Amino acid sequence: MQIANMMEVDGIPVKIEGERNLLEVISKTGIKLPVFCYHSDLSIYGACRMCMVEDERGRMMAACSTVPMEGMKIKTNTGKLRQYRRNILELLLASHCRDCTTCEKSGKCSLQELAAQVGISTIRFPNDKEAPVKDESSPAIVRDASKCILCGDCVRECNEIQHVGAIDFAHRGSKAVISTAFGKPLIETVCVHGGQCAAHCPTGAIVVRNDTAKVWKALDRKDTFVTCEIAPAVRVGIGKELGLGDGENAMGRIIAALHRMGFDKVFDTATGADLTVIEETNEFVNRLENGGKLPLFTSCCPAWVQLVEKKYPEFLPNVSTCRSPMSMFSAVIKEYYKDKLPEGKTRHYHVAFMPCTGKKFEAKRDEFKDENGVNVTDDVITTQELIGMIKRSGIMFGELEPEAVDLPFGTMSGAGVIFGVTGGVTEAVLRKVSGAASRTELAQIEYTGVRGMDDVKEAVIPYGDRNVRIAVVSGLANARTILRGIKSGEMHYDLVEVMACPGGCISGAGQPYISHRHREKRGESLYRSDRASTIKTSQDNPLVNELYSGVIAGREHELLHVDYIKK
Amino acid sequence: MLKLNSREELAALREVCKKSFALETKKVLVCGGTGCVAGGSLQILARIKELLDEHNIPVEADLADEPHGEVVGLKKSGCHGFCEMGPLVRIEPQGWLYTKVKLEDCEEIVARTVICGEFIDRLGYRQNGELYKKQAEIPFYEKQTRVVLESCGHINAGSLREYLAVGGYTALEKCRFELEPADIIKTVSDSNLRGRGGGGFLTGKKWASCARQKETPKYIVCNGDEGDPGAFMDRSVMEGDPHKMLEGMIIAGIAIGSTEGYIYVRAEYPLAVERLKIAISEAEEFGILGDNILGTGFSFHMYINRGAGAFVCGEGSALTASIEGKRGMPRVKPPRTVEHGLFDKPTNLNNVETYANIAQIINKGADWYKTMGPENSPGTKAFALTGKIKNTGLIEVPMGTTLREVIFDIGGGMRDGMKFKAVQIGGPSGGCLTEKDLDIPLDFDSLQKAGAMIGSGGLVVMDDKTCMVEVARFFMNFTQNESCGKCVPCREGTKRMLEILTRITEGNGQDGDIEMLEELADTISHTALCGLGKTAASPVVSTIKNFRSEYEAHIYEKRCPAGECSKLKRFVIDPDKCKGCSKCARNCPVKAIDGVIKSPFVIDQTKCIKCGACKTNCSFGAVKEEA
Repeated sequence: MQIANMMEVDGIPVKIEGERNLLEVISKTGIKLPVFCYHSDLSIYGACRMCMVEDERGRMMAACSTVPMEGMKIKTNTGKLRQYRRNILELLLASHCRDCTTCEKSGKCSLQELAAQVGISTIRFPNDKEAPVKDESSPAIVRDASKCILCGDCVRECNEIQHVGAIDFAHRGSKAVISTAFGKPLIETVCVHGGQCAAHCPTGAIVVRNDTAKVWKALDRKDTFVTCEIAPAVRVGIGKELGLGDGENAMGRIIAALHRMGFDKVFDTATGADLTVIEETNEFVNRLENGGKLPLFTSCCPAWVQLVEKKYPEFLPNVSTCRSPMSMFSAVIKEYYKDKLPEGKTRHYHVAFMPCTGKKFEAKRDEFKDENGVNVTDDVITTQELIGMIKRSGIMFGELEPEAVDLPFGTMSGAGVIFGVTGGVTEAVLRKVSGAASRTELAQIEYTGVRGMDDVKEAVIPYGDRNVRIAVVSGLANARTILRGIKSGEMHYDLVEVMACPGGCISGAGQPYISHRHREKRGESLYRSDRASTIKTSQDNPLVNELYSGVIAGREHELLHVDYIKK
Repeated sequence: MLKLNSREELAALREVCKKSFALETKKVLVCGGTGCVAGGSLQILARIKELLDEHNIPVEADLADEPHGEVVGLKKSGCHGFCEMGPLVRIEPQGWLYTKVKLEDCEEIVARTVICGEFIDRLGYRQNGELYKKQAEIPFYEKQTRVVLESCGHINAGSLREYLAVGGYTALEKCRFELEPADIIKTVSDSNLRGRGGGGFLTGKKWASCARQKETPKYIVCNGDEGDPGAFMDRSVMEGDPHKMLEGMIIAGIAIGSTEGYIYVRAEYPLAVERLKIAISEAEEFGILGDNILGTGFSFHMYINRGAGAFVCGEGSALTASIEGKRGMPRVKPPRTVEHGLFDKPTNLNNVETYANIAQIINKGADWYKTMGPENSPGTKAFALTGKIKNTGLIEVPMGTTLREVIFDIGGGMRDGMKFKAVQIGGPSGGCLTEKDLDIPLDFDSLQKAGAMIGSGGLVVMDDKTCMVEVARFFMNFTQNESCGKCVPCREGTKRMLEILTRITEGNGQDGDIEMLEELADTISHTALCGLGKTAASPVVSTIKNFRSEYEAHIYEKRCPAGECSKLKRFVIDPDKCKGCSKCARNCPVKAIDGVIKSPFVIDQTKCIKCGACKTNCSFGAVKEEA
């Protein structure tokens, strides 16, 4: 008897509940099929053919691209299937670089993992593929085509989610490759260095550049004063790979670990974010009241800034002149210690721990050099690299006692912390614009619609005798929609926050990978941290006032702003 | 020309064209197909025109609208199909066919044939010593049934008026003025017409399914990306009778409720594109295509898209992606093309030959159509006949005709008295059939049962000098080069199969290679993403099945039984015949031959590159080739 909406997987009845494909139904029965090219965030591609299943008539189908139907009887583990999976994997491995132990992705590589799972012991074909030249032109992303399995995840991410279109397929047959236009180095293309391609790459074909060697070297030098800052998203992204729950706020432990490694001072980028809120709010209010160029686009996200520069330069005057929190804070820290280096120290090296690959690019920009031509942020280290550093130090992360941020930059507001999630910048600005102070007033802002994981959020806030229209966007494809809408006159906004990574910095490409569906946890954790903080708004951070009357006084433009149009 | 605004105006024009057509009491039709054009047919056409003018004979290239006296029609026709014998010139009203015509024959043709009505024996076709004057009596044509190719070679390929004169666009008229869309679909469904592109899916079913789609707009797409090596059926229709295909597409538009059609033509067919462009612009001029067709309020616009030389773009979803300007890569299905095809809208995709069948089915009815061929696979099918056969070219036969009839009756049997060995049918996706399969009827189901497929209709005939491992390697090389590289089994699997086949043909085959080929073939055919990949291994599977011993001879005895694999040849010098003249040694490009003058020379097999220069140059026949 056939029961409505039921099908069978390996003899186990399972209900079809609106799943788009067999893979989702099968996962409900406790079976995880091997996949390379299936990502719930991306369109269904069906190229790796690892998720083949068999029906009762012996027909083979790819589970990722087969619609579940009532009465279906599917087997996931037959002799034929095991053989096909093994053969496909063997074919992939035969043309693949097999220097696993020295690969950046070792231990996190799907190919390695599935080879073990499927049980590949020998490869019967010679690897005669000529090793292609690595593309190391980008300060953020390294491409190594010899490790590419052509699953197309990066291409779909770059085109569907980000709408950048820096890479695509080229050539045919076994000569097919992922390529930039005309095979140019990445740095010469429209690539915005957001790194989501690397985050989605199942192998080591696209990885985030590893800059940790330089940090270790600085830590080893006796004459060097090493400071660092930690971005909000890092603290909620790090736990997954260090034995804590994903989304757990590990700020105190990170600080402790960094102290153990030998960092002289550990600061919180949220303090820098407080400066950004002050500056950006002033700029926004100024534009609003004095008829400046609107909408004002936020400028915290380096990939977004790159996108405007490369593809929509007509909107550059709309981009806020504020530096990102990292670049503001680095400049202030460097400036502060200019003549205050501890005894015996002659050099100052400042590292930013970021969830982001784009920050590596931002840090190297000419705009952020000090008067001596040195970049104010010496290096950017991603969460993933930080995890590697902690592991290399032998630190048992879970057993660390949390420590606090160092003085003199010891305070930050909750507003600065929520920068790490989509809508956070806007909410922080609104707290300042509205002058909200009471808990009720803050809650009102919270519920305007700026929170949540939607790709595009809109809010209308009364300001004086007018309404301020706000859009909060994450994912560059969505940003493009907004830009087009504004250009055609169909959309009207006063303030637009854009973060390149869907969900904001919490799903940054430097973080341990998390599917878009599971990213809420990390955002929630940041909001929890905000609720627990004693200082809610940036203007209430006493340190900020201190800085404005101290190191920043009279030098706001030089230290906190940037002119991207100049070039 | 005035736009036709009603059925009556179209009928009136057709009458004028018919009259004008009838007044061309004498006709010289010079083949303007790609093959004959390459053989110089356009110069022949120009020369004949010059000569007729010199003789002050009134000539008409396209039908005139005005009443006039008798004229000689001098036409550039479409492909006759008998390409082996080109350039071809057909003479009417006698129905004679002149073959292998040269520029210097033109004077005689005009003087003797056009003016005096004499047949020039020298230009006639001969088979087994017998002279065939009439085209229809030549064995190559006698056994054919031409439905789709009916007018190819018989009318001016670039003329809408000539198409009208032979009854063109009457089906369109009927569909627009007499039938409801549902009636059209019913007629097509009843005819059991199956898609001629290879899959053999029921056309009526596809149309009905597309017509049911709620989403608009819908698109009519024609697949003219005929990529099988050696196949040119669709090219001939597009070049020789483009309006027949356009009519089928417009009718599909009416039936399905679409107002836009796209024709995807492969890059290698510039002449087809040119003729289609002329046909489309003429049809638009006359109001048969474009806005407000025949004043009925129905509009249909037609666009041509040129491929860029990728075989995989013949696959439906890759084709639509290519039209959209994307990389031509097949996508996963569902959704099917009828639901989400071109620009993600419902799309009806058929190939050229399928559309070219429609007008006649509408005109003569589904029952007439089913009188040809088997019930489930009716109608005719065009095949491109190539290989080691006497008469190569384009043929059209009723479905169900046997391979034996095609090869030995129409094709005239094997060339140079060689022995028939196998026939590859269906191109790189098809399989090899042998002597024992010769009586299999050519239709979709019978061929599938035999492990082959009709494909788009390529037939490559092979004699016993053809190495079957080399055949498999050739097709695998083609598939690997043309694989889009998307799915792993096709991209990597065919690469490895090609590697193995190459080493076998080069004498480096290893024990276990056949089994490895079979294992890879099994994996690829069951796991590849699209039809191209799923069938990529077919030539290998069918040659292993039918000629396993040939594979074994290559691997274990390092010998090519057919003597085709050059790396497995051995050149040896017969010491009894060798005079020691050193000519072979002097001509050897790699200095593999050594010896003392006046005593027998010896070939060093480790240096020999099997080029055969020694054998060609030996004056005493002392160099022998060992398989």
